[in-house]
This record gives sequence, C-alpha cells and structure tokens, in this order.
Amino acid sequence: MSNGQNGAELRLVTPGMAIGPSAGIRVGSGAIAHNETIIATRLGWVKQLNNTVSVDPINSAYMPRSGDLIVATVAEVRNNLWFMNINGPFQGLLPMSLAPWKVEFGAARQHMGIGDVVLARVQEVDECHNVVLTMKGVGLRRLTQGSLHSVPINHLDRLRGEGNATLQRLRDACDCRIIVGENGKVWVDGNSEGTAWARQAFDLIVKSGHKNTFEADLTALEKNAPKNGDA
Amino acid sequence: MGGYGDVQLLRDDGLRLDGRKLDEMRPVSIEAGILPAADGSAMVTHGLNVAVAAVYGPMEAHPRKIQRQDRAVIDVRYNMAPFSTGDRIRPGYNRRSREISKVTAEALESVVLVERYPRSKIRVEIEILAAEAGTRCAGLTAAAVALADAGIPMRDLIVGVASGKVEGIVVLDLDKAEDNYGQADLPVGILPNTGEIAFLQMDGDLSPDEYNLAMEYNFKAAAEIHEIMVDALKRRYEGGEN
Repeated sequence: MSNGQNGAELRLVTPGMAIGPSAGIRVGSGAIAHNETIIATRLGWVKQLNNTVSVDPINSAYMPRSGDLIVATVAEVRNNLWFMNINGPFQGLLPMSLAPWKVEFGAARQHMGIGDVVLARVQEVDECHNVVLTMKGVGLRRLTQGSLHSVPINHLDRLRGEGNATLQRLRDACDCRIIVGENGKVWVDGNSEGTAWARQAFDLIVKSGHKNTFEADLTALEKNAPKNGDA
Repeated sequence: MGGYGDVQLLRDDGLRLDGRKLDEMRPVSIEAGILPAADGSAMVTHGLNVAVAAVYGPMEAHPRKIQRQDRAVIDVRYNMAPFSTGDRIRPGYNRRSREISKVTAEALESVVLVERYPRSKIRVEIEILAAEAGTRCAGLTAAAVALADAGIPMRDLIVGVASGKVEGIVVLDLDKAEDNYGQADLPVGILPNTGEIAFLQMDGDLSPDEYNLAMEYNFKAAAEIHEIMVDALKRRYEGGEN
C-alpha cells in the first residue's frame, strides 16, 4: 500500500482498482471497502495517513461544508432570497435575513441581481444538501470590482501553499488583492497587468503545481511580474 | 442483423474478412481529457468507430421535476453525427438514439455512486463521429473514461464490448458487414474488476453454448479494453509524480 504522496511510493489509481486489504485500516474519502478489499472510487493518488487510506482525487466537484468562505454568483432572485451559484452540484440559498443590508420583502433585486458576485460564507449544509449562505460577517460583501477566475478545487492547496506562503507571493508579485474561495473561484482586484500576471500564475499552478519544477517555474514567472518589472 | 442471403463472412482459411481471428478484437485506442471545456472527456477509437464523450457536472438538476431527493440523475445523450456513416443520416434524436441513451444511462447509474449527489444531475454527451458497428459499446466505454476523468466517484469502470454469430460461428467484436449480415449480436457492459454485467442486449438467436462462448470472448475483450482505459487515464496525468 502506498505511503502517500510524500513517500517513496506514489500510486495513481482509477475507479474500481484494488488498493489493498481493508483489515485493520480505515477507509477515507475516494475509496470504499468491498469484500475485505479497499477499492478506489476516484481517479487520484493513494494517500495513507494515520492508518486511514484515501484517494486524493485529481479532479473533483466542490462539496460545500459549513464555514467555507466562497465566491458565489447570483443565479436567481426571489422576493426574499437569492439563489447563488456556488460552483458545485447544488445552488446555495442566501435569505434576506442573512444579507448585510436591511432588505424589505420584494426588494431583493434592488440590492443584487443575476450575475452579481459576492464573498459569502457557508452557514449550513443539511443532510439533503440544502446549502444556506450568509453575508453577515467580517469582510463578507458584494464584490463590485476586480475579476473572477476559476481554479480546480484540487489545486487550491497548491495555490495557497504552506501557511498561505504561495498566495502571499502571488499577491506581492502582482500587487493585486486576491481572495481564494473554497469553491474554486478566485477573485483578483488590481490593475490589468497584475490581473493578467495572476491569471498566468493560476495557469502555471494548474499545469505544473504538482511537478518538481514548479518552484523554479514560479520563480521564473515572478521575474516577469509587473511589480518587479516596474521596479 | 439480416442473416439472409449468401454473403460470405468467413474466409476459407477460417479467418474473418478483415483478416482477424474469431476471438480477435479490432484495434482500440483511448484518449482522456480531449475537451478543455468539459469537466471530463474521452475519445475512443474502436476499429473505424470514433466516439467522443463529454461529462458536465454534477450540477443542479433542471427542470426541478427530474430531481431525485436521494440521488443524482444521469442524463445521457447519445447522438450519431450525420457524417458518421457512408449514407448521410438525418440529424437529431431518433428512436435508436433514444434507446441507446436510456440503456447507457441505466448502465452508468449502476457504477456511479449517485447517492453522493442527491438532487443533482450529471450530464453525459456521447457523440459518434464515425460509425462501423458497435457504436453503443464504444460510446459506453468513452462515457466511463470521461466520468472517471471528471472525478465522478464510481465503484468500477465499465467496458462496452460485443460478440455475435456469423455463418453459425461465434465471433468477437462484429464489424459492419458481420453486424449487417450476421445471425446474432450480443453487446454487453462489463465491470472489469468485479466481473458484473451492467447491461446486456441480444439481437438474434444464440444457443446456450454459443452464448457462453460469446460471453467468454466478451470478458476477455473487456479485460484488454480495461487496460487501455486505465492506461489512457494514467497517461493524461503522466509526469505528475513529485
């Protein structure tokens, strides 16, 4: 069995592939136990940590969890709530009672219309996958400027880096405000050169964030950053 | 599947018209992740068949009446391009494509862990760009690879293969002439790791012995195609080791 991504052995598994015996081992996400064998249910890397075997998927949809900070887009407006596209299998619901403004019944459209982008937090996800969002909280607001980018969910950890180190490097290099939503939506606010550079950096993270050469590639890209170029 | 006339489908030396042995498959190649806009995609070339599958989702199921409270709905659309055959076919949905869409969706529902995404929809688009008998099998294989590429949780991949009977002899993987003038066709969807059958159709008649032999051929071919599927998925992410 694999020792995980940081170990010597690295294993890419496909759905249905046997990972190993299930005796005495807990089964994590991306795998199921069947006939005393752990079977992968996703395409990804086998990871073993604390006696738990899981599959780190290469590609996956965003599954909302309570407390997630997300960048959402208004998909539908009703008299007293907004349905938000959270880049996942289910729409999120933002009731007017959890909006940061005092909203009269029927006046929801005056505050936000279809296509508006907000920074929100997942308040609650029930067993039926009903997702309730909130905009009450520090920093949660409607995003009226900047641009929106998409990064696959499984690349977000690489985008942030250890203790947000990589993200801070990007912010410093492009001189932009960058907010990473847990749902794979990234908001960038800055001048056009900085935004274009940030987009290049996101592409680099997606294409080679998992490779040994990533650090060198990112350093090379940083040399072309608008802030460094101007200095 | 005529079975009539005096069309010769086997050569005097026992081989088939295209030179294959009775239990030999047409060449198969698979490529994963060919469509950047889709969440997952694959192209399967099986003999002269070319099938492209794209997967979108899981997403909010619309219209809401199709939502299931306890599971995701798999919405499959199988379509043959008008230029996929020698004679141009009328574009759009027809009875055959409806039937294949339905059986493909039911086969995929048996492997996808649909209970993980209640009230949502997974859209699978299968487009046949070139057809030469066995398009539903090629389409099913392409859909399985595309689903895996999209990161949809599945308990196994699914392989579409077919056997049949020509001139009273069971053969693997019918080509166009064998499909048109043969006596039976047995397409199946096989879960290669568990050996389960997710869908099975039979056109024509087979005796129990012939059926067993045809299924033996199908399982053998499924194992070979499964290796190609796994290889295609791994190849997409090769060089990903750190």
